[in-house]
Amino acid sequence: MKIEEKKYWLDRPDNVRKLYLGLWIFGALLVLADLVVQRHAEAGFDGWFGFYGVYGFVACVALVLAAKLLRRAVMRPENHYDR
Amino acid sequence: MIADIPAGLILVAAGLALPLLPPALRGAVALAAPVLAFAQLLWIGAGYQLEADAFGFTLTLVRTDALSLPFGYVFCIAAFLNAIFSWHVRRGIEQPAALVYAGTATAAIFAGDLLTLFIFWELSAIGSAFVVWAGGTQRAYGAGMRYIIVQLASGMLLAAGAAVHYAGTGSLSFDHIGLEGAGGALIFAACGIKCAFPLLHNWLQDAYPEASPSGTVVLSAFTTKIGIYALARAFPGTEMLIYIGTAMAAFPIFYAVIENDLRRVLAYSLNNQLGFMVVGIGLGTELGLNGAVAHAFADILFKGLLFMSMGAVLYRTGTVKGTDLGGLYKSMPWTTAFCIVGATSISAFPLFSGFVTKSMIMTSAAEQGYTVVWLVLLFASAGVFHHAGIKIPFFAFFAHDSGIRVKEAPGHMLGAMALAAALCICIGVFPGAFYAVLPFTTDYVPYTSSHVLSQLQLLVFSALAFSWLMRNGIYPPELRSTNLDADWLYRGLGARAAAGLTFALREFLASLGDAAGMLGRAGGRAIHRLHGTEGVLARTWSTGGMVTWVAILLAAYLLVYYV
Repeated sequence: MKIEEKKYWLDRPDNVRKLYLGLWIFGALLVLADLVVQRHAEAGFDGWFGFYGVYGFVACVALVLAAKLLRRAVMRPENHYDR
Repeated sequence: MIADIPAGLILVAAGLALPLLPPALRGAVALAAPVLAFAQLLWIGAGYQLEADAFGFTLTLVRTDALSLPFGYVFCIAAFLNAIFSWHVRRGIEQPAALVYAGTATAAIFAGDLLTLFIFWELSAIGSAFVVWAGGTQRAYGAGMRYIIVQLASGMLLAAGAAVHYAGTGSLSFDHIGLEGAGGALIFAACGIKCAFPLLHNWLQDAYPEASPSGTVVLSAFTTKIGIYALARAFPGTEMLIYIGTAMAAFPIFYAVIENDLRRVLAYSLNNQLGFMVVGIGLGTELGLNGAVAHAFADILFKGLLFMSMGAVLYRTGTVKGTDLGGLYKSMPWTTAFCIVGATSISAFPLFSGFVTKSMIMTSAAEQGYTVVWLVLLFASAGVFHHAGIKIPFFAFFAHDSGIRVKEAPGHMLGAMALAAALCICIGVFPGAFYAVLPFTTDYVPYTSSHVLSQLQLLVFSALAFSWLMRNGIYPPELRSTNLDADWLYRGLGARAAAGLTFALREFLASLGDAAGMLGRAGGRAIHRLHGTEGVLARTWSTGGMVTWVAILLAAYLLVYYV
């Protein structure tokens, strides 16, 4: 007899989608907070509206795309050095 | 008097005594030694010196000041956390080696002269190599061999640098040295190996992930921080360090994204965090140096915590490959929670330790006008969250359910993780108390609404980038692989060159042997022709013939004599 395992909240794709949407909404609110919060820009241009959000998003996408390219150059089989 | 025993040597003595004790007592001694050493440091405080005469020099065995003390404190804490985490390890070399390693590393921090530093620098290298070897696998053996060669090379550079520096200045004292002389350059290179400068870094990613679950935790704390301390002591304000550190902070994160072994991902991220500290030292301002020391302190705790959580996963499931894991939050919820505390700390979320330490370095870089450096560090900060903050917990505990069902980590491992997590949060919540142990008094305020908001924006949008890439199938899947790095120079190219050279040498020796054989055979044939059966010189000659030849010889002799 197969014991039915407990279903977890995260097991439902619907809930994961809710989480994802929630994160976007939180992000949007943070960017909007730029309008209210007094900025102390460290490097000058980081006082621009939404600078950190845009920079974080673009940096991470660029990082992943570059890492995918890097894989083409450096990836070898797992036992590469053991052969 | 306990004050006259260097704190590090308390740990070393405990480590050496450990194998002689009954197994039941070993855990308790391993716990007590760091407590004793820590209490001693608190008691003697700053401004203490212990000198001894040896080798014709006056050596400063212990020097406590505002720079060495924070490292000493956190080394004792790390040794204590490790003693809890490795409570189950009662046999073998790992526990004694770990204590000797922690002790010699602590002694190196308090060394007041270059000779004492060199001695403990080398001893800690040897102690740590035994921790790697205690991993017990063939891979651990090989990685440990490569590791010890690199570490001893660093020691040789330090010894040579110290000798040249002494010849030039007549002083062995371990204070500001700078890059002006050749000795300084050699010592700088020695520190560069310990700190894992780009191209000198690969011993770290090679060896650390091959140790045992608890071995990697202890390794992550000390060696690289000795390097950071030595740089902060001898080379603060060296501009080259700013650029080296920036490169260090940036390049390992690309590797971290594609690496499958999650402890190796953490090793890359350790390398990246060292980059921030090196930048802080290079800036050389009070804020930068404070940031470097604070971040080293915080890193030992949160990186230790992350390595502990992955160690617990390895201990329970037998693997830390991203390809094999997933869904572990169901069976290891506490480990998951502690891992997330480590992840938010390294990612510098407000209320966690990284937020109050890394920002000092960033602010100092911006204040000094290093805008490009600042931008790269910001990129690296986003990248840290991406690969260490999200990737580690995500692939181990969430992602697709691998179907692995195990028990939660053992109680002592959870205890060590809980303590480390509590320290990470304490530093993040009470930065003022933490700043009091830093080298310079500071009025730096990390919690401004502007700073909190910008950091949250950066992190939330990094998380959004991760989820967006994941949901759209752009994120590179975890793959079983080895990624070539600078170690290819000696493990790939170097090994091939060595193999080629060995082959050529063997061929040469073989052909030399062939030639000798041919000569020998030819010689043998000639001897056989002359002396063998029927050989000219083996024949029996008639007496008359002999007499004739003797007469001829005598006649020739007479003739020559008269001429």
